[in-house]
Amino acid sequence: MQPSDKTALLSSHVRAEIDHWVAKFPEGRQRSAVIGALHAVQHENGGFLTPELMEAVAAYLGLPAIQVFEVASFYSMFETRPVGRHSVSVCTNISCMLCGGEQLLAHVEKHLGITVGQSTPDGRIFLKKEEECLAACTGAPMIMVDHRFYENVTPARAVEILDALE
Amino acid sequence: MSQDKCTIQVNGVEVEARPGQMLIEVTDAVDAYVPRFCYHTKLSVAANCRMCLVEVENAPKPMPACATPVAPGMKVHTRSRRAIDAQRATMEFLLINHPLDCPICDQGGECELQDLALGFGRGISRFSERKRVVRDKDIGPLISTDMTRCIHCTRCVRFTQEIAGFQELGTIGRGDRVEISPYIERSVNHELSGNIIDLCPVGALNSKPFRFSARAWELVQRPLVAGHDGLGSRILAHVMNGKVKRVVPEACEDINETWAADRDRFSYEGLYAADRLTQPQLRGSDGWRTVSWGEALDAVAAGLQRANGNALAALVSPSTTLEEGYLLQRLLAHMGSANIDHRLRRRDFREQDQEVEVPWLGMPVAAVEELDQVLVIGSNIRKEVPLLAHRLRKAALRGAGVGFVNPARYPMLFPVADAMVGSVEDFWLQLAVLVRAAAEGSQQPAGLAQLLDIAPAPEERHHRAVARLREGKRAAVFLGHIALRHPRFADIDALAAALARLTGATLGYVPEGANSVGLSLAGVLPHREAGGRPRAQAGANAASIVRAAPAGLILYGVEPDHDCAGGSALQRSAEDGRFVVAFSAFQGKSLQSLADVLLPVSTYFETEGTLVNISGQWQSFAAAAQPPGETRPGWKVLRVLGERLAVPRFDYAAVDAIAAEVRELAGDRLPDTLARQRPAPVAAPVSAGLSSTDLDVPMYQLDALLRRASALQQTEDGLAGLAPVEGRRTA
Repeated sequence: MQPSDKTALLSSHVRAEIDHWVAKFPEGRQRSAVIGALHAVQHENGGFLTPELMEAVAAYLGLPAIQVFEVASFYSMFETRPVGRHSVSVCTNISCMLCGGEQLLAHVEKHLGITVGQSTPDGRIFLKKEEECLAACTGAPMIMVDHRFYENVTPARAVEILDALE
Repeated sequence: MSQDKCTIQVNGVEVEARPGQMLIEVTDAVDAYVPRFCYHTKLSVAANCRMCLVEVENAPKPMPACATPVAPGMKVHTRSRRAIDAQRATMEFLLINHPLDCPICDQGGECELQDLALGFGRGISRFSERKRVVRDKDIGPLISTDMTRCIHCTRCVRFTQEIAGFQELGTIGRGDRVEISPYIERSVNHELSGNIIDLCPVGALNSKPFRFSARAWELVQRPLVAGHDGLGSRILAHVMNGKVKRVVPEACEDINETWAADRDRFSYEGLYAADRLTQPQLRGSDGWRTVSWGEALDAVAAGLQRANGNALAALVSPSTTLEEGYLLQRLLAHMGSANIDHRLRRRDFREQDQEVEVPWLGMPVAAVEELDQVLVIGSNIRKEVPLLAHRLRKAALRGAGVGFVNPARYPMLFPVADAMVGSVEDFWLQLAVLVRAAAEGSQQPAGLAQLLDIAPAPEERHHRAVARLREGKRAAVFLGHIALRHPRFADIDALAAALARLTGATLGYVPEGANSVGLSLAGVLPHREAGGRPRAQAGANAASIVRAAPAGLILYGVEPDHDCAGGSALQRSAEDGRFVVAFSAFQGKSLQSLADVLLPVSTYFETEGTLVNISGQWQSFAAAAQPPGETRPGWKVLRVLGERLAVPRFDYAAVDAIAAEVRELAGDRLPDTLARQRPAPVAAPVSAGLSSTDLDVPMYQLDALLRRASALQQTEDGLAGLAPVEGRRTA
């Protein structure tokens, strides 16, 4: 159904990564590799997925495009709209909330001039929407920057971390 | 559990069931109604609406009847306090985000949610927060969406995945933000997609052409047989004030199960095309003039008598009813002519006397899904007969091997066992290779030496395909529209028959039109009388009629430039002295330039009649809609015309008498498709410059009604077929 040239968007590195995931599942179950494939593609594309990329993944795995879109829209770690280069999450779940996570978020929002779900106009930082518990309650309040955890973060420390991002 | 049967209790009554069967099947069988939205007998179990919760004794909580397997000794209560409470609670949640727009919703009055809300809903909502709003999706010209009404039962999603074969819809987002959506801004294009309108239990997916044009309770439902392919799908026309407002399928397990192809569902729009013919028209020296039926028929009688005998010919649409075809054939015979044919897009008539008297499927439609090995030759089956392709798909998913010999690799949406593809002119040589492979080690089939000699040597895949057919307990070889339309049809037919004989497969044909089998039985053929006996003197076939431009020509439901092979060659000049009468529902440019008289006759929506499907099932129906203006059912027009021409025994009072007469001549059984020997044709084939659309006619260009069905023309398949065509409705 899908001309194979749609997969041309995928780099050889991404293809190798997808093949790695496909190999983990029984033959004919390549649908199971969608999450791994999307991670690889999103990473290479600077933090978000495009319709063309999702279609490329679908074509590469031999799936209907909608099945890839279902996964991409379901999981909060996939972004289906263009966002800033660095993904920043401020936890406001219960432990962090009790230790000042909400004030921390307010401070970050004020510093960046954006609210959760938005990216800075220079495309540098994406403040991820509604992050829930990231399992670092012992170090609350915490923030996550591009998969790295920072614990016991004060507003001043948060600004320092964010300003260091390129 | 190893036993076949077990006993369970439903509402205190002992009931027999199979262990492992889902509870809802058992409760349905004993009429203990359990409400449901997501469950559908033809789809997989999703259990995501939770409406069918019932109480099962000793279970800690209510269980969904659609997803709870039966176990021996189970005690089930469908109407207990606990069951009803669970159902009511589910209903309350379903209604939380459902808009209160029933008064402007097309589903109102035939809505499963509305019906069940009456039975299980609260009088007053306890939800005072803001309801969710979901953006509507544009999924194409056939289906309207109001996604805020969706309750996420996923019937539509499962339909595209399981029945259509390619998932075009999915659930995006999660939790309370789930939406049903196609892939980003894409439309739903499958040829069976309209069925999701029926499956949708709420008003989220509705018919776009029908939108806001009538309320369900204003419509009268009339049973009918679909008139665009040979399957003979049962449909219901929903009619208001004599006008067809929409078409839905009627459940008929033997033929169309519970589905309708989009072609049959949306073709009715063509009935109200701008160029619908509503009054008889006569060509005068100063152009077209509207006349009375009397004057028109006088002119026709006079014109036909002038061109008496062998100079008279008729081209008949393959979707014409049995009765009309039979009367027309008798009328022509009375005038001394056998020049009549319904095989309009065929090119090869060299061996018509050796062909089977009635090309038919060779088995019941439902038997196709029971086949275990199939080879389809010359057919874009999904577009030719969508629901037959669905049966083939079911067979393939059950594990049957389905292969193709085709001029292109058509996407099939199921695993294809072998695809042998060649050029438009020569793809059939692959079939010769298969026969060679099948004949290895045994005697070569008689009379085919010439064809087998030009075939290349069989390869591994050809041997595999032959072995597969031989192994099949129920194997079949089918010839589709492309094979029948091919200039080498006689060769293809001879080879297919040889292959079927060598492998023990059944040979079947998928002829085009809704009544090809019926018209063959009724004698609408130049070489056979009604009932199939050869005519003493064969008349001219469709191709010769088009080529010869006879002095008197009857066009019955035919626009020659679209409906006949090489039909655009049929031209006329003002002074050629020929007489052409067109029985037609539409004016159409080509008819206006060709004909002397235009007689407005009914479409299959507006006449009573009989269609015989490709399995030989005779299906009679009554008129569903009011014919517009002076339009009359064709059989009545023919009867009056016949009386004017003094055809004996032509005073049929009712349409049944005509069908009964044909039935008597034709008998109940269709011929064995392999009974006749078919040597390779001796005569050289007609040479014709072929393009692929000559053989694979776009699915919404097949007949005059379809060409005017505006929504179908806007679909992907419709747009693909539009380019070379004029005279379609553009509104």
